[in-house]
Amino acid sequence: MQSKALKKTGMVEICSKLFRKQIFIPIAALLLLAIFNLINDPSFYKITLGYNSVGDPVLSGYLIEILDYGSELAILAIGMTLVTAATGGQDISVGAAIAISGSVVLRVLCGTNSRPETLQAPIIVAFLVSCVTAMLFGAFNGVLVAYFKIQPMVATLILFTAGRSIAAWINKNELPIISEPSFGYFGGFIPGIPIPTPFFLAVICMIVAALLLKFTNLGLYTQAVGINESSSKLNGLNPMVIKFLTFVILGLCVAVAGLIKVSRFSTINYSVVAKDIEMDAILAVALGGNALGGGKFSMAASILGAYVIQFLTTTLYKFNVQSDALPAYKAVVVIVLVVLSAPIVRDWLSKTWKKMKLKLHVKEVA
Amino acid sequence: MQGVNFTLCEGEIHALMGENGAGKSTLIKVLTGVYGKDEGEIFLKGKDKAVLIHSPQDAQKLGISTVYQEITLCPNLSVAENMYISRTKGIGQNWKKMNEDAGKILKSLDIPAKATQQLGSCSIAVQQMVAIARAVDMDCKVLILDEPTSSLDDQEVEKLFRLMRELKAKGVGIIFVTHFLDQVYEVCDKITVLRDGQLVGEYEIKDLPRVQLVSKMLGKELDDMSDIRGESSVYSKEDASNHVFEAEGLVSNAGIKPFDFYIRKGEVNGFTGLLGSGRSECVRAIFGADRVIGGTVKKNGKEVKISKPLDAMKNGIAYLPEDRKIDGIIGDLSVRENIILALQVLKGFFKPFTKAEANKFAEEYIKLLGIKTASADTPIKSLSGGNQQKAILARWLLMNPEYLILDEPTRGIDIGTKIDIQKLVLKLASEGMSVTFISSETDEMLRTCSRLVVMRDRKVVGELSGDDLTQNKIMNTIAGGDKK
Repeated sequence: MQSKALKKTGMVEICSKLFRKQIFIPIAALLLLAIFNLINDPSFYKITLGYNSVGDPVLSGYLIEILDYGSELAILAIGMTLVTAATGGQDISVGAAIAISGSVVLRVLCGTNSRPETLQAPIIVAFLVSCVTAMLFGAFNGVLVAYFKIQPMVATLILFTAGRSIAAWINKNELPIISEPSFGYFGGFIPGIPIPTPFFLAVICMIVAALLLKFTNLGLYTQAVGINESSSKLNGLNPMVIKFLTFVILGLCVAVAGLIKVSRFSTINYSVVAKDIEMDAILAVALGGNALGGGKFSMAASILGAYVIQFLTTTLYKFNVQSDALPAYKAVVVIVLVVLSAPIVRDWLSKTWKKMKLKLHVKEVA
Repeated sequence: MQGVNFTLCEGEIHALMGENGAGKSTLIKVLTGVYGKDEGEIFLKGKDKAVLIHSPQDAQKLGISTVYQEITLCPNLSVAENMYISRTKGIGQNWKKMNEDAGKILKSLDIPAKATQQLGSCSIAVQQMVAIARAVDMDCKVLILDEPTSSLDDQEVEKLFRLMRELKAKGVGIIFVTHFLDQVYEVCDKITVLRDGQLVGEYEIKDLPRVQLVSKMLGKELDDMSDIRGESSVYSKEDASNHVFEAEGLVSNAGIKPFDFYIRKGEVNGFTGLLGSGRSECVRAIFGADRVIGGTVKKNGKEVKISKPLDAMKNGIAYLPEDRKIDGIIGDLSVRENIILALQVLKGFFKPFTKAEANKFAEEYIKLLGIKTASADTPIKSLSGGNQQKAILARWLLMNPEYLILDEPTRGIDIGTKIDIQKLVLKLASEGMSVTFISSETDEMLRTCSRLVVMRDRKVVGELSGDDLTQNKIMNTIAGGDKK
């Protein structure tokens, strides 16, 4: 009897500890969605091994789709988290920037001909050029925010507005199509590996981010600048450089996501590619429990948040929600999540846990 | 806070005293409904039952108003708007009448501000008075002043006191929280002392001499003040003429006149002058915190270029800024991260401390300075003011600087910590560190500094050392030389 009670208090303790952890929010959201799908239709979790048109083994199923599309979002969330932490604002131009960097990849691969028989340059070169371009556009945003002290949302509004036109202009408004099959690997499957490649790219980005956070002071500096700029300055930091840096890093993330996007279809549609992805990326950061006003952040929570957002999107698609109506449904879920993660509610929850603990304790003694 | 009784009579100025973390602010926040209470009751005159105060609005309705240490008004609104914000009825607003009413109140309280003036353009003291005027106009019976004087200079304090006495005569009960003993004895009728969240006692001002008050606050007999002074005279060796840092014609964009400056090894000097005389701007120029637009700085005789704080840090200069909240702490970060920050920046972007190293540093300084914190992981913003200041001090001491600049290190800090810091300064100096100590309290400067640079109107106007270091002499120099 007693051991059971003890076990119970132990559980409660673990739970209340988890409550205070930031990553609790995306985990809870994930569990909620997972259970909902389990009850509603267990076939949601079915994964089948099939063969694609070329005859390579590929896994398919809703979970794989989440892993696939959630990865782009996770990559963007890494950069968005840093920008949010350092500047206390968000970059709303990532969708447009993806269009630009994707367009650059195609332009380099195609050269002057929009339907090339063979690639005009190695894919790696195209990718590197798009990295540089995306980082330059990131730097543009960074200068506006860090040096000219324009609010991040307003500053990035410029590129948000102009980005897709710039992307179209890069390819002279043509829609290049790449016929080379190896270009499709980045957004699809590498022959012989049944797991979608974007997931591996996301893992690489996560590892790089983890190394950056572990072996440099990026984390400490961005948080310090985000929390108290004036004090950071007096501690020898240069807030401008750090804010600028976060935008450049986000630019790099954009380039990776851009490569995945154009690789998926081997072509680009300037007005549709990565549409509204900035909102999902910002949501991922918010869902990760990070303060959108800057300061402390948890990278792991953001990344998990990105996959949860995709989980939600996929769940909604499964229920045949029309793509026009999707945002409305998403908004409802987001309201619930954001309210749950508000400090007031969290305080209240952890207080309730404490009371429960006390009650259990009283029972035990009795 | 536990089992505290507190009584305030009509027309009385009641001082609430205690060290940092003694529970003064907590008591006030319970009274005003910011925090909930677990037990106990609050009674008001004219109501036989205990009143319920669940929110600051409740408190305001009952006539309890609070003016906090930090101004909580909106600096970008006009004075009149600030006075009437959130208390107008309906949607419409008669701007003319509002300005007229505000003007009348300002005049009746003798506050030197215009109703239409933007609040941010007034001095801190005037802003504080506007906050009080707002409270008075809300027909308050109880006025709580939470360290209103910590950013005021003597004249401004005097004005504030006049206002307080006037209100007292009108029958308003005033709770006055401060760390300045002089002020308590000047203006208060009764004192309630708290310690560690518990009531020590309530005393008539005439029954409680200063020494006893201090020992009641600390809960132990106070080290004699003269003790420290004795030590300081031992350390103030005038013969050592090696200047660690020297500045010539230094001038920054913060609007100070060019000034010369030097400091010797192991010397404690001070900048004194009225608030706004340019004390902070001088040291900020030395540290490179403001943009330096002229002059040279020499370290041990060799010229060094200091154009930003990092340059200064590399040259072994540390600067504890005047405003702890704005320029000092990084609120959401842990005590540990706050302590290691400066040294970490100095070490470089690609060389973060390991967790073990950081922990070791933090634990060492938490122990050394006696920082009261639950753990090194606690966010620094949840510490009391004095402990925050100690943590920031730890940040700079960890850097092991040659020259430590302390700008108002003891402001808003309890007397025990104040003495700790003063002692620490003298100890560091005796170990060869050069220290600049700036304080609004002249006695504190006299106790620690062996040389004082006097400033007036953003200009260095004199330097005092040795026998000239007396209260009178300093006052005279600040006021404008010897009265002829």
